[in-house]
Amino acid sequence: MPLDSTFTGQSFKSVGTRPLRPDGIDKVTGRAKYGADHNVAGQLVGRILRSPHAHAKIRSIDTSKAEKLAGVKAVITAADLPDLTNGDSGMFDILDNCMARTKVFYDGHAVAAVAAIDAHTAKAALKLIKVDYEILPHVTEVDEAVKPKAPILHKNCFTEGVEPKPTKPSNIAKVTEFGHGDVEAGFAEADFIVERNFKTEQTHQGYIEPHACVASVSPDGTGELWVCTQGHFVYRNHCAMLLGMDVSKLRVTSSEIGGGFGGKTHVWAEPVALALSRKANRPVKLVMTREEVFRASGPTSATSIDVKIGIKKDGTITAGSAELRYASGPYLSMWAELGAMTSFACYDLKNVKTRGYEVLVNRPKSAAYRAPSAPMAAFAVESVVDELAKKIGKDPLEVRIQNAAKQGTKSSYGPVYGPIGIGATLEAAKKHPHMSAPLGPNQGRGYACGFWFNFGGQTCTDINVGQDGTVTLTVGTVDVGGSRASLALCVAEELGIPYNQVKAIVADTSSLGHNDMTDGSRGTFSSSMAGIFAARNAVAILKERAAKMWEIPVDDVSWEDGHAKAVGEKYGNLAPLSLKDIAAAAANTGGPIAGHAEIVADGAGVSFATHICDVEVDPETGRSVIKRYTVIQDAGKAVHPTYVEGQYQGGAAQGIGWALNEEYIYGKDGRLQNAGFLDYRIPVCSDLPMIDTQILEIPNPNHPYGVRGVGETSIVPPIATIANAMSNAFGVRMTHVPMSPPRVLKALEAAAKS
Amino acid sequence: MQYEAPETTKAAVSLLAKAKGSAYVLAGGSDLLVRMRTGFIEPDLVVDIKRIKSMSEVKKTATGFSIGAAVPCAALGENKALVKAWPGLVEAANLIGSKQVQGRCTITGNMCNAGPAADSVPAMVAAGARAVIQGPKGKRVIPVEQVAIAPGKTSLKRGELVELILLPERKPKSGDAYLRFIPRSEMDIAVVSAGVNLTLDAKGVVTSARVALGAVAPTVLLVDAAAKAIIGSKLDDAALEKLGAAASAACRPIDDKRGTIEFRTKVAAVLAKRAAKIAYKRAGGK
Repeated sequence: MPLDSTFTGQSFKSVGTRPLRPDGIDKVTGRAKYGADHNVAGQLVGRILRSPHAHAKIRSIDTSKAEKLAGVKAVITAADLPDLTNGDSGMFDILDNCMARTKVFYDGHAVAAVAAIDAHTAKAALKLIKVDYEILPHVTEVDEAVKPKAPILHKNCFTEGVEPKPTKPSNIAKVTEFGHGDVEAGFAEADFIVERNFKTEQTHQGYIEPHACVASVSPDGTGELWVCTQGHFVYRNHCAMLLGMDVSKLRVTSSEIGGGFGGKTHVWAEPVALALSRKANRPVKLVMTREEVFRASGPTSATSIDVKIGIKKDGTITAGSAELRYASGPYLSMWAELGAMTSFACYDLKNVKTRGYEVLVNRPKSAAYRAPSAPMAAFAVESVVDELAKKIGKDPLEVRIQNAAKQGTKSSYGPVYGPIGIGATLEAAKKHPHMSAPLGPNQGRGYACGFWFNFGGQTCTDINVGQDGTVTLTVGTVDVGGSRASLALCVAEELGIPYNQVKAIVADTSSLGHNDMTDGSRGTFSSSMAGIFAARNAVAILKERAAKMWEIPVDDVSWEDGHAKAVGEKYGNLAPLSLKDIAAAAANTGGPIAGHAEIVADGAGVSFATHICDVEVDPETGRSVIKRYTVIQDAGKAVHPTYVEGQYQGGAAQGIGWALNEEYIYGKDGRLQNAGFLDYRIPVCSDLPMIDTQILEIPNPNHPYGVRGVGETSIVPPIATIANAMSNAFGVRMTHVPMSPPRVLKALEAAAKS
Repeated sequence: MQYEAPETTKAAVSLLAKAKGSAYVLAGGSDLLVRMRTGFIEPDLVVDIKRIKSMSEVKKTATGFSIGAAVPCAALGENKALVKAWPGLVEAANLIGSKQVQGRCTITGNMCNAGPAADSVPAMVAAGARAVIQGPKGKRVIPVEQVAIAPGKTSLKRGELVELILLPERKPKSGDAYLRFIPRSEMDIAVVSAGVNLTLDAKGVVTSARVALGAVAPTVLLVDAAAKAIIGSKLDDAALEKLGAAASAACRPIDDKRGTIEFRTKVAAVLAKRAAKIAYKRAGGK
């Protein structure tokens, strides 16, 4: 029972309600401590010197003048972060990205760093560091980087995943392939085939809080790191390995987080801050500027995707294929692979084949961004599905319903689906009042579907009962979207006590066993499962203590509604003991009462959504305004519906920004031109309509309460949804994102001419 | 860095004239402080003009309005007489940045920053506004379109600063309007913009007009040909078409992170026409 994750189908008292979050007051009054709010005595200011070149060999670095400047306590280069990765190429890439070793690979790549007594001195010191660069030809565009004559980033990069292994280096680091059936046979059966190329520009997660940390390394080899992160345990492991420290001797505390969306799952400046602290023998605070965040953290991939889909007149999709090229920055990752896996995941296809190409370019390392890689693939596939539906004269929603994946479908990336919600979200969309609302002039309506895997992973959780019967829930998953409230609800539910009797906190890395990061929409899914298990373990102890208090066998004690009850008529004179009663007596019945659980949370349960959008386009300027937006998504079970809605709205808002205006703009010199929020145009409040949400609850059979992750799927459909709405507004299919006014105006004029 | 906050224009001029290194005037600081923070400039002297009384007032004069160089844009929106006479100019001033920024930023600062995309400048140029400049050699008054001479560069000489903006007398049946194109709804910089100011006769015929364009050249443009296109008309479709064509023809934009040559040239015409229609209506035209 304690470790049984099977869905119980129970009715709920706490789960599904909407109490205030425990971090709410502090956040709205400014008391909450974010990354840059932490200070320690004697701390220095750390600053990083960054490459102005997109691609260059580092001939030499002269730090002597900077070292002599009064107030400078440490200057470091790659020499101070020696390679301890022992052949682990993934970790070596992280190291090389944190501090360039022999070459710089992008505008903004770190080459040196200083720690000084104040910001002014640190800045002055950076100017005194002389780097001798040999500038190399660069390539920043994904379709340019795959060309045979493109400048090569790594001479030892021979494409993985193709047979025979190439003998010449290229910028295609890896190729992956997914699918089943025979796509050529499928296309032969089709009455119509559409084949198109789609491009998406690079976008940043746009979290408002820049990366910030305070690092303190003592000469005895122990260290502390206070940092804004989505996963302090993973930061600890990475930093310890790169610095050559013992994992258990580096204590990492996560701050409140002002947005991460995947961008704070990777270390950037933290190993640098630790290395500076180690060299200076003083704590070092390092806060990235907004410009540094844009130039040198991890935006998502720019992509170029070729999609081909065939359909019969009756609406059956006969085959789908896609070639997906994802820019990965200078290092191999799995972004194209995720695009290739997710692209056709919404559909039940007999014949499907996708190939993902990880393409290296002279841009910052691509990082995870909320359902990483899926939005671009969905844009391409959902646009073509829409176009095909029109070709056969069918409602695009009906075509999607007809071809939707269901329980038992072999997914395009391999596994067979359990109970899933794609069909249900489509049916809900069909019935939604948004679908029948009238449209004004220059307006169009579109819809699209989206998929995300979700993840579970390693989780470790504690419950401690205080002497007054209040409960501390200690988790190791960083709260990025209200999970402390949701987790407290689950534990209150399991213990049978009120929500306000449980206080959830996020512990530092020395207080719990390893927890994976808050990514893959796993925070609430996995930590609630571990929290429920820990609560069940605590209940077992509570029952033992009650048995002791009553002096009866523990087998005669049950736990109901937050009370121990003696079972059987013979105990008719024993009034139930509340958790408070038992806690008050704990000192005399065996000491503190606690529950613990360490698990790998399996069975996260995939997630699907359907979005509906109305867009209005100014035909004279190409400017578009989102007039109405609806998100319909399966949550399994919405533990705290307000925060589930918040996730739906947040993903949609980011998707709208991505679709309309956000993009990294590089000059011919390979330098980023818009490293700031003025010209990297995320939506402002007045750009967005109220984003309506509808939560569907198709229980996840692998979670006691049926919970699925909800954080990421909501960013998958928006680009395609808006593109489809635009094509309905003015009859032109937009294939290049962002669909910014200049691009839309150009498309409108091209359409008017033809 | 030396910071000074003199209480008279004379003292400010004296400080600026005697400055040894780089000297900057601070009004709202919405450009200056940002440039300092990003390390783009490192001033040796900053002269804050907010304590100079004459620079902190909006006055109705015998010949129009006088707006002090330190008056924040939000204050312009609260001056009913000014809003009634120059609604387009006030709207332009209150498109800059955000509500918070508008509480600090000034139209004089906007002008002296000499950005081609400054929102209040096309509206001022269309209005025929003049800048009162004080310097070591005394006072001079020049049209606003002569202040900026290149991106980031003004015609002000060492020791000079702008004290006031003067708006001319408002004739009956006049109206102005300013429109800018931004992809978002606020908190953005104009990709292209247009200010139109016109006066009608009793029959609704345009008797005088000024048309200014922003973000389509190194400085804000005053486009005489665009004004001529509507003078003598009742702003009928043919006149509007000519206005748009003249506006597009005047554009000398660049391709940059904010927009393309093609887009700016086309949308300049769209905005000039739309702004003219609003100004015409405000002037009482039907």
